Amino acid sequence: MTFNLRLIPLLPFAGAAILMLFGRKWKRDTVLLVAAGAIAGSCLVAFDAFFTALPGAASKGGLHDVVGTWMAAGSLKIDLALRLDALSGLLCLIITFVGFLIHIYSSGYMEHDPDYARFFAYLNLFCGAMLVLVLGDSLPVMFIGWEGVGLCSYLLIGFWYTSSANADAGKKAFITNRIGDLGFLIGMFLLYQFTGSLNIPEITAAASGGGALMQTLFPGTIFAAPVAFWAALFLFIGATGKSAQIPLYVWLPDAMAGPTPVSALIHAATMVTAGVYMVARMHAVYLLTPGAMAIVACVGALTALFAAIIGFAQNDFKKVLAYSTISQLGFMFAGVGTANFGAGVFHLFTHAFFKAGLFLCAGSVMHAMGGSGDITIMGGLRKKVPWTHGVFLVCWLAICGVPFFSGFFSKDSIIAGAFGTEIFGEGLAFIGKAVGVVLMLAALGTAFYMSRLYFLVFSGSETRASDEIKRHIHESPGAMVGPLVVLAVGAALGGFIGLPGGLFDHPEWNLLADRLAPVLGPEMELSRTTEIGFMVASVVLALGGIGLAYLFYGGGYREPSRKFAAAAPRFVRLVQDKFRIDELYGLLIIRPIKRLAKAVYFVVDRILIDKVLVEGSAALVDVLARVARAVQGGDVQRYMAVFTIGAAGIVYLATRPSVPDVLKVTVSGLSVDVDARRGSKPASRVQEYSFDFDDDGKPEVTGAAPAAHHAYPRAGTYTVRVQVKDPNWGTRTSLKQKVEVR
Amino acid sequence: MPTTYYLVLSFVLFLIGTAGVLLRRNALIALMGIELQLNGGNLAMLAFSRELGDLKGHVFAFFIIALAAAEAAVGLAILVALFRGRQTVNLDEATLMKR
Repeated sequence: MTFNLRLIPLLPFAGAAILMLFGRKWKRDTVLLVAAGAIAGSCLVAFDAFFTALPGAASKGGLHDVVGTWMAAGSLKIDLALRLDALSGLLCLIITFVGFLIHIYSSGYMEHDPDYARFFAYLNLFCGAMLVLVLGDSLPVMFIGWEGVGLCSYLLIGFWYTSSANADAGKKAFITNRIGDLGFLIGMFLLYQFTGSLNIPEITAAASGGGALMQTLFPGTIFAAPVAFWAALFLFIGATGKSAQIPLYVWLPDAMAGPTPVSALIHAATMVTAGVYMVARMHAVYLLTPGAMAIVACVGALTALFAAIIGFAQNDFKKVLAYSTISQLGFMFAGVGTANFGAGVFHLFTHAFFKAGLFLCAGSVMHAMGGSGDITIMGGLRKKVPWTHGVFLVCWLAICGVPFFSGFFSKDSIIAGAFGTEIFGEGLAFIGKAVGVVLMLAALGTAFYMSRLYFLVFSGSETRASDEIKRHIHESPGAMVGPLVVLAVGAALGGFIGLPGGLFDHPEWNLLADRLAPVLGPEMELSRTTEIGFMVASVVLALGGIGLAYLFYGGGYREPSRKFAAAAPRFVRLVQDKFRIDELYGLLIIRPIKRLAKAVYFVVDRILIDKVLVEGSAALVDVLARVARAVQGGDVQRYMAVFTIGAAGIVYLATRPSVPDVLKVTVSGLSVDVDARRGSKPASRVQEYSFDFDDDGKPEVTGAAPAAHHAYPRAGTYTVRVQVKDPNWGTRTSLKQKVEVR
Repeated sequence: MPTTYYLVLSFVLFLIGTAGVLLRRNALIALMGIELQLNGGNLAMLAFSRELGDLKGHVFAFFIIALAAAEAAVGLAILVALFRGRQTVNLDEATLMKR
């Protein structure tokens, strides 16, 4: 069914274009009206598509909109086509709705920024690109969005470009993403090579048959896995870049250099989940290959735990949240990697609300604290910023997995799904269990570091900051608090769209799974006892983490936390330094590349280009000019002499008869016909020919005719020699050829 | 008389003219050399015209004579101008094209 889907990304794009062209001179209210209006319009169209048009078309592949042919070359034809099904539709709702809230929030947060219009232009551009990413019907269209959001991420991380640290963080994000994008491209090429299509529904159809995707790439080598494995793996490398997973997660913490609303929208709620979305979108390919699924699940689970541990010791509000985001994305990948695509997308949905909420709270707190995000100087903010505190409380409980808040349901469905998955088959069945155990530890860690953050910032009676900052502390304006409250409602109640069906014997109560089933296949069914068992375990983990954190940090830094820091100072410093992964990358990759670049700069740039090409060509011209200068003496008579010699040469060339260069010999019996020719043309008659048919020095036939006939007395092999004399110029040419007569 | 004689004479005239243009340093003599070259050409035209019995050669000769007159007028005018400017008609000293 067709629907005017193009409006959804086009409205934000138009907003961005208008703001970039005219926004600089406009009043702030006008800028906000255009930016928020564009995204609100897009949001309304998305809601209309999802709730009124989609239900009728869900079983027929969703809504479809072909804008035009993008490129056609031979058998390759790529349409600029958009498709909205339950999966992309859900993402559209998240992007436009959360995006709209963050636009409103930004109007307060960026109130005093001189580059107000540029900020909103980028924000709109980002929303448009993200919508293209999720709506793209083929991998190349998706890739436009994929690159577009990367660009906007870069622009917004480095938004305050006057500080080189911010610009560096933007570059780091961009370059790290480039590495992943190479993987994405290779995966795309592999799929095109073996399915003959880049269209996602066609790839899905090809993958459900297995077929070409199951053949091996290079039989008998280390590449002897099916094509589907490699395609899935390379696409996943793209996902690790965009979604900040091991080993390409290092850019996300640095990306916090951007304005906080950007961190909330791009680096928490939407862009970083693109990898999860892509894996879910390409689930048909992933399902073919348990090996790739295992890699996805393991990378996700390890990232979840690893980032959570780093989160224990960070002292910057936004850095803690950044590592939390990496960790939660790890949960999502563990979900999709264990074939619980619905669960992964469910967590994506709930995470968008509570993490955006947390980030916006961070912005609000930093606003109150005069721009500082250092949690060691906070504390006791509960009463001073009551609204922010309330929202943070809800989001904190949600991310910890306290019952009936959204994170509880989504995280539980991922962990339960990891234990219950059957995708890995008999031999690798332990992977599901191992992933589940690691995720449980990560959930415990999540509860701990988030509670640490909450206690250090909001609990206690004393704020540890200087008096000057304390006097300044105030609640944020309504434009910032309003979106926070809406997000808090989502974070609190969002989980109810994905109630585990097994719990109530009413599978249809799981609205999300019900909606996603036509796209992602049916959700895993778990028995009521297992479901309850996992829920109890989740609650124990969440409360355990919160309790532990209270012990360490309740009401400020407590005795146990000091003791622990004193007992293992080196470990604490290692965690504070994020396990020094950045330094490791610097040593292993960046330094060698820099050295290589220096060497190449010296050899290629300084020597080859500067010396040889630039200075060399100048020197060559100089030498040629010296020669040419000697010729141009200014003496007319010398010119005349050269001219005369030239004219004489031309006359010679023009009047010289063409000399024959081949002999065409025709043998019939004992007689031969010899025709001297110039290439394919007959030779000229102006010359004297002498034909010597037996090469004895005595020519048999002479004359001006270039052809002659001769009969040999007996059979044998003879050499025919033809002398050509030019009577005008006195030149002689000789041609010979062997003939055999019988 | 065979046409060859006329052609040989015409070629000799042309060569003498060429030598005059190339070797003499006096611009006036060089101009005279050019006249000689033109007349060598004229003679060849007439010889072929007679050989082929075609009057077009004569017509060409007249054109060339007219052209030679015009050329002489322009050439002498340049010479006068040269002499006025540089007080010499020596071609070795008239190397203005170098700069």
